[in-house]
Amino acid sequence: MDALTENWDLILSGFGWTLRLLGASAVIALVVGTIIAVFRVSPVPVLRSIAAVYVTLFRNSPLLVLMLITFFGLPQIGITFNNDIFIKTVVTMGLYTAAFVAESLRSGINGIPLGQAEAARSLGFGFGQTMTQVVLPQAFRNVVPPLASVLIALTKNTSIAMAFGSLELTFRSKQLLNEYATDRIIIFIAIATCYIVIVEVISFGAAMLERRWRVER
Amino acid sequence: MSTVLYDNPGPRARRVNRIVGLVAVLLLAVGLFWTIRLLSQNGQLEGDLWEPFVTPRYMELLWVALVETLKAAVFAIAGAVVFGVIFGVGKLSDHRWIRWPAWLVVEFFRAVPLLMLIIFIWTLYGLQLDKSFQSLVIGLILYNGSVLAEVFRAGINALPKGQAEAAYALGMRKYQVMTSVLLPQAVKIMLPSIISQCIVALKDTSLGYTILAPGLTTEMKSFWLTFQNQLPATLVLLMLYLVVNLCLEVLARWAEKKFSGGRKLNVTAVGVLGETEDEIAAGRVRATHANTGSSHGGT
Repeated sequence: MDALTENWDLILSGFGWTLRLLGASAVIALVVGTIIAVFRVSPVPVLRSIAAVYVTLFRNSPLLVLMLITFFGLPQIGITFNNDIFIKTVVTMGLYTAAFVAESLRSGINGIPLGQAEAARSLGFGFGQTMTQVVLPQAFRNVVPPLASVLIALTKNTSIAMAFGSLELTFRSKQLLNEYATDRIIIFIAIATCYIVIVEVISFGAAMLERRWRVER
Repeated sequence: MSTVLYDNPGPRARRVNRIVGLVAVLLLAVGLFWTIRLLSQNGQLEGDLWEPFVTPRYMELLWVALVETLKAAVFAIAGAVVFGVIFGVGKLSDHRWIRWPAWLVVEFFRAVPLLMLIIFIWTLYGLQLDKSFQSLVIGLILYNGSVLAEVFRAGINALPKGQAEAAYALGMRKYQVMTSVLLPQAVKIMLPSIISQCIVALKDTSLGYTILAPGLTTEMKSFWLTFQNQLPATLVLLMLYLVVNLCLEVLARWAEKKFSGGRKLNVTAVGVLGETEDEIAAGRVRATHANTGSSHGGT
């Protein structure tokens, strides 16, 4: 137990690192992902294919390899992000996760039956009204659970940052596991619990949103 | 082509679309030009930086490393399928003392970052270099197995209730119902999800880099340390992973069409269960009209 009582400040600062990485990457992922999703469902064929290529590329790339490119490859051509580890990490994770966000958003929008928009138009709704009153409210509701899983996956993916100089939870776990050979299992479970707390908060929030937006169909 | 979002474009809309498309193509061309200029300005297009990847002697090293990586992925998936069947069926058990531990194990390994798990296993091995491959594979099995357990459970629950009822009515035992009626049918629905999970497992083999496990990513590091060609090396690494993954994705699409009639299993994320559990239990498989392809959102 000493390992935990003596080092709770290290674990706490690791928790903070993880939360900051998660928050910043999530913002980038949501913004870029929304733009890609809009491209993906736009009436312009070129934009649709750009978005499709983006999603295919990023979904099939290992995040760790993308991080290697950002940290070792890009500085060779002068793209250094001010040598800021945090920015490099967050940009890479954000762009990677954006592909998954875009896919969730797209399937949420495409999951709305065509008849909904047709019915709205036949009632005399304009485009704006059809979108804001009929299509988007249903699309948001469809999208909550998949977006929550994307965020949960992102939470776990932030652990990769430990290999690139971030002092987040997994880095701390490695450090403590080396220092306290006898308490390994306790350390592992304690730090796993930190992750589980984040995951549970996200899924609880998603469940709340879903319940609030639920309608009988 | 008609969607919920807009009507079929008329002549004016078509013109606008064409202009927007043209601008996008122009921007892309400018971006490409700028990238190539940046590459050549920094000497990244020099032949000797790329030469190692077409030199037979070094290509052989890469090939060996690729085989190592594929080996890790194959072991991981094989182990994960076994783990998944055991715990997936365990989660469906009638006995509480089997169901709850199975649930706990599956939820735990799905919620913990794989990298942390792998590092933990490696420290249990005393950080020995020759154990790093095992550590990677065991970590992959535990994580992917837990995901597959959820897939198996959803797959079995997705079968019509009548299947099990009919089997019981014929006097089959629980074990027989599972092995000769439910599992064989469920495998068909689950195949696309299993192949998608292969992609996830393959992507995650790159995590072996952090514990120096033999494989493509670790091998590439010695390439760029030797030749000082960081950018070419990481880009080639990405290409290799992309090629293998895209092949798997094509396979998953094909399996989806052939075996499950385009239906997709709706496996919820960790923790998000609470609400949707009943729906899955009721055997509802959400057929995505969107045909989103294989959703390997795991990592």
